[in-house]
Amino acid sequence: MELVQNFPFITIVFSLTCGVFCAVFHGNGAKRLCIAWLTASFLMSAATLAYTLQSGEYYIYYMGRWSAPWGNEIRVGVLEALMATFFSGVMLCSILGGMSHIFEDCDAEKTNLYFTMISLLMSSLFALIYTNDLFTAYVFVEINTMASCALVMLKSSGATLVATTRYLIMSLLGSGLFLLGVVTLYGITGHLLMEDIGREVREIFREGTYSLPLTVIIGLFSVGLAVKSALFPFHSWLPDAHSNATSASSAVLSGLVLKGYIIVLIKIIYRIFGFEIIVSERMEDFLFVFGILAMVLGSVAALRERDLKRMLAYSSVAQVGYIYVGIGLNTEAGMAAACIQIIAHAITKPMLFCAAGGFMQVSGGSKAMADMRGAGRRDPLGGVAFTVGAMSMIGIPFFAGFVTKFHLAEGALTSTTPRMVIAVAALIISTILNAMYYIPAVFNIFSPRTDGKFADVRIQPRFDYTFAMTAFIIANICFGSFSRFFVDAIREGLGMFGI
Amino acid sequence: MKSNGIFAKLSRFVEGESLTEDDLRLGGDKPEVPDTDSPENRWLTSVQDTELPVYTRVELWFSRKGLEVFNNVYRVAAVIICLTLIGVLLSVVVFLPPFGSPDNPAVNEVVARYISKAIEETGTVNAVSGMISAYRGFDTLGEAHVLFTAACSVIILLRVDPSARRHGRLSENVGKDMEFEPNGDIILRQAAKLLVPMAFIFGLYVILNGTSSPGGGFSGGALIGAGLILNSVAFGFRRTERFFNEEVYHIVKTTCLTIYALLMAYFIYMGANGLDNHIWLGIPGNIISGGIILPINVAVGFEVACTLYCFYTLFRKGGM
Repeated sequence: MELVQNFPFITIVFSLTCGVFCAVFHGNGAKRLCIAWLTASFLMSAATLAYTLQSGEYYIYYMGRWSAPWGNEIRVGVLEALMATFFSGVMLCSILGGMSHIFEDCDAEKTNLYFTMISLLMSSLFALIYTNDLFTAYVFVEINTMASCALVMLKSSGATLVATTRYLIMSLLGSGLFLLGVVTLYGITGHLLMEDIGREVREIFREGTYSLPLTVIIGLFSVGLAVKSALFPFHSWLPDAHSNATSASSAVLSGLVLKGYIIVLIKIIYRIFGFEIIVSERMEDFLFVFGILAMVLGSVAALRERDLKRMLAYSSVAQVGYIYVGIGLNTEAGMAAACIQIIAHAITKPMLFCAAGGFMQVSGGSKAMADMRGAGRRDPLGGVAFTVGAMSMIGIPFFAGFVTKFHLAEGALTSTTPRMVIAVAALIISTILNAMYYIPAVFNIFSPRTDGKFADVRIQPRFDYTFAMTAFIIANICFGSFSRFFVDAIREGLGMFGI
Repeated sequence: MKSNGIFAKLSRFVEGESLTEDDLRLGGDKPEVPDTDSPENRWLTSVQDTELPVYTRVELWFSRKGLEVFNNVYRVAAVIICLTLIGVLLSVVVFLPPFGSPDNPAVNEVVARYISKAIEETGTVNAVSGMISAYRGFDTLGEAHVLFTAACSVIILLRVDPSARRHGRLSENVGKDMEFEPNGDIILRQAAKLLVPMAFIFGLYVILNGTSSPGGGFSGGALIGAGLILNSVAFGFRRTERFFNEEVYHIVKTTCLTIYALLMAYFIYMGANGLDNHIWLGIPGNIISGGIILPINVAVGFEVACTLYCFYTLFRKGGM
């Protein structure tokens, strides 16, 4: 086994240890350690990606001396490595982009715990991406839940406490349903490893025994993970939690945490149930319908918001809807579109949230759209980044969001007739709605102020903010312009993703 | 009066003016909501409702009755959803394979190997310990860090900064629990003198014998944590702080988790690369047996004890 094949395991285990060390350092030491480790994780994930692309097949890595049904294992393919690379890169840039706010918003003696939580979150995301075992997934879902609640809570104010309570309750409900699903599935199959469960489940499905438990299990998994990833009717916790947290937390929660659960769901669909069972149990319809509703109603809710961060949070609800529509299309192309959207949204939304953090800084800490007027002139880099993000969200060519919309439309056109019509119609409506709230926001940010408020305020040039924003802009435009490479990698990854 | 067309709203919004609640209505012009309290308008509610446009009537209904109806529907819906979930899950239980039956799907080659080969492969008589710490050690590593995450979250939520108290940034009553703690109950003290050492010793016994008898890190750690809590209840925090304060907590916790992670990383690295890990498994049944399981049990035990005591002190007085 080559050295590079060990990297996924190293990123998971030592991210945990990095979190433990951050808890005993002071704020600045924890910051340096966390950033150094995130950079290292990014490089290692990129090396893994290069290795899997070159070898062209997935590999199994034993987490211990024993092979899979007895021990734990992780499975590394192109798609997993690609996700890990993007996720660690986005995590690093989000933290850098919101660094000044982290130190302002957290209590001085608790700042180190912020970086602890970031490291633990990163570890759980890596584990969710790579794991091939349902129970390991559950353990890391727990870490993910608690760490993301703590990231909201670290900005100490009344609003964040209320938001955290709501987030915690909804998130634990989702974990509970997921756990019930895992337990019941173990009861009828006797396995925790995804491939083995998949084999047994197909057998059960063919024989027709346990048909009610199987239906309920699929329901528990979909509802549980839909609650945690804020699919439309279960999204009520999201706007408060994402808009009140400090800007780096908003970026990470919106860009990455929601996606971790969706990756688990895609694994469950691919490796455990397979398309045949999913279709016959009508799980796809459920996800498709709510995805469509999320696309439209999330945007309508965003249209009504006059608070920039809440608007971005509702926009996340709509964007998660795109992912679920891709999954619900029930074709390879649709699933590829869902994976593209996971990455496209992960590189766009954190940029918008970090830019919003910069605008808040030059607008007296207010989140209201009216106070942000002219903020793009006071924080030019943030303004450019926000514009790029808005273009991407609307779906202008050469930006990341366009790639999603293009492939989603392509996936819809290869699907069955009613779905094709509904999906394309929803895509058009949603694009128009996106334009209706992002374009006024961009205009607002670049309009000159007439009332003379914040006239002398300029953003302090900071290396980390500049670096993060530049990286986000470049990543977005690269992903949008040279999408062929990424789309091919995703297709190849999906090809080796199933059993 | 300002124009209320949708383009006028858009232009005002672009200008940066914050819009009022009425402006956010999608229906264009602001509907005339009759002031039902004033006597001359009271007749409006009964007479004119049918003559108003439909959307105005809908909005009126929501503003008057909507919340009340929503609350009632919410309660009923909550009960219905819970009952449905209970019913569905109970009916699933009926269909599940019977508990303890030898032909359950869960009785398969995985369990067979754990039972027949655990002593030989992990060096422990306690197959459960072998399973959670060696076979599925990665899950347990995650589980130990779940506890760590929980402890850190509680610290974030409840810890009161001592310097903030000193500088008077907090109100008088915050963090004064320490001075008001009930102290000097003679029965409690005498009982604790007897019980605390026994709890510590029994906790250590459970941890160390985790490889050869039921027990292990989690259960033994809970006993030690209970001993620490009993000690501070009976003798006060100051007596406990002589040997267990925040600094000790951080040192113990970091050391335990780091040792655990490093051991596990070594074990996984060697196992995955097909190398011999040179870990001496010992003689099954002895205290020193089970290879990495014994140090893991010790590390997990102290970590659990720290976490439990940390929860207690944070909820009790907001600090260690």
